[in-house]
Amino acid sequence: MKARDWLGVLPFVGMLGGVPFVNQVEPYVLGMPFVLFWIVLWVVLTSVIMAIVNRLDPRTREEEHHG
Amino acid sequence: MNSALIIIFAVLLLAIYSGIRAQKGKEMTMEQWTVGGRGFGSIFIFLLVAGEIYTTFTFLGGSGWAYSKGAPSYYVLSYIALAYVISYWLLPPIWRYAKQHRLVSQSDFFVSKYNSPILGILVAAVGVIAIIPYLILQFKGLGIIVSEASYGSISPAAAVWIGVIGVTIYVMISGIHGSAWTAAIKDILIFFVVVFMGLYLPFHYYGGIKPMFEAVEAANPGFLTFPDEGLSVSWYISTVLVTVFGFYMWPHTFGSVFSAKNENVFRKNTVMLPLYTIMLLFVFFVGFTAILQVPGLKGADGDLSLLRLSLKTFDPWIVGVIGAAGLLTALVPGSMLLMTAATLLAKNVYKVMAPAASEARVAKVAKLLVPVLSLISLYFTLSGGDTLVTLLLMGYSLVTQLFPALLFSLHRQPWVNKYGAFAGITAGVLTVAYVTISKVTIASVFPNWPAVIQDLNIGVIALLVNIIVMFGVTFVTRTLLTTGRHPANAEGTPTI
Repeated sequence: MKARDWLGVLPFVGMLGGVPFVNQVEPYVLGMPFVLFWIVLWVVLTSVIMAIVNRLDPRTREEEHHG
Repeated sequence: MNSALIIIFAVLLLAIYSGIRAQKGKEMTMEQWTVGGRGFGSIFIFLLVAGEIYTTFTFLGGSGWAYSKGAPSYYVLSYIALAYVISYWLLPPIWRYAKQHRLVSQSDFFVSKYNSPILGILVAAVGVIAIIPYLILQFKGLGIIVSEASYGSISPAAAVWIGVIGVTIYVMISGIHGSAWTAAIKDILIFFVVVFMGLYLPFHYYGGIKPMFEAVEAANPGFLTFPDEGLSVSWYISTVLVTVFGFYMWPHTFGSVFSAKNENVFRKNTVMLPLYTIMLLFVFFVGFTAILQVPGLKGADGDLSLLRLSLKTFDPWIVGVIGAAGLLTALVPGSMLLMTAATLLAKNVYKVMAPAASEARVAKVAKLLVPVLSLISLYFTLSGGDTLVTLLLMGYSLVTQLFPALLFSLHRQPWVNKYGAFAGITAGVLTVAYVTISKVTIASVFPNWPAVIQDLNIGVIALLVNIIVMFGVTFVTRTLLTTGRHPANAEGTPTI
């Protein structure tokens, strides 16, 4: 597995593995109970991570040149 | 008839009318219809994939679960985002293979990979059986919308009939994709309705998101976190995994993969699609706001919470717009599900059994199957009392059973053979069926096991049974077949 493939594991670790440790209401962040905020945060981070994966992947850059 | 119902029926008629218009002057073959000539770019695939996910379930089921269960509803947000992550690696090889072999349906993929039309029939059957609860869910949602928006003047049962007749007519007239126009209106309308309600309602009743959550927590301590038992963290993790694996196994979703122009479409979409799921957050806000404002909705009635709160808060015409958005979220995916199920049965079951049937005859059979499938789903809609989430999870447990056979076929040298794939899928589906009908849980079989294991989604167990049987049967048949090559033993080999 290449580095970018391992990046794809991160959202699973954060969104699933992290929840047992943050299953609490306090502190509220952006008005949301902490565990909900945690999941929402990881949804956003998932987008960021996938943007990086796309950057690292030569196959997706190839296409930009061809339009 | 009040103004809410007038708006809802006007939108229904408009959708049917645009379906008729879209149909005119376009003679398309089944292939072009289903995969759009493999010419769709990122934006169109984005809309197709994003739009398919947002059904009545999102609208009524998501808020309904937030209302009645609280924190466990968060699982919906997680599984959709994670399914997109998987798609980066899963979809390109599927797309490449499908293009190379000019495949048009999910069932075709298994037929081609395992070189077994019988396996294709099994896959089609599993897909159709899984689609039924998903369809029931759409019909139930339609019934809820029409009957609630009528302010009680139309009974839920009559409303379901009206909804089902509407969808069936829509599908029979407009075919698989309906009109792109209806789908686009649906996505735009639902987006604005959901964001508006998700912000307006908590601010209107509580003065903000945080005060709303604080009031809920004060009234029901522990409601905003996962409980220690039952729908616990262990349930959450296992349920998300089962649904992530099942996500692309739905026949209609799998089929939409084939319509992409190139494989990078999927990779690029993984950046934006997770962000789009944030929309669900606003649906949850509505459900949580409803808890203290329209209390007392028990069991499956929790699915009514979004509309009950709307009735209490807004003028009839706004209820009409909300109802119309809800109607489209049932109509567009509902028609897609119906047509996919009918096409699968006609192409991958009927055609295999009657190879002499012409293309026109297969298309006719598909069309005739639409009202049949509608009526079957209607029967279950009127007889069952499950919540929308229960129905969705049942369908997911079934389609997820196709995942191992798909995954192990992606390697150039498949890890399992057709006998293994057939036996594994069958064993997994039977496990799901047994568990659903007998209502056994891990807790009832092993009462002394720790809650972490007892709370696991039963789909995980079915997947394990599936994989074990798959490799077991593959191993045994490979050994038998190798011995079977000996001329004296040749007749003894099983044929599937």
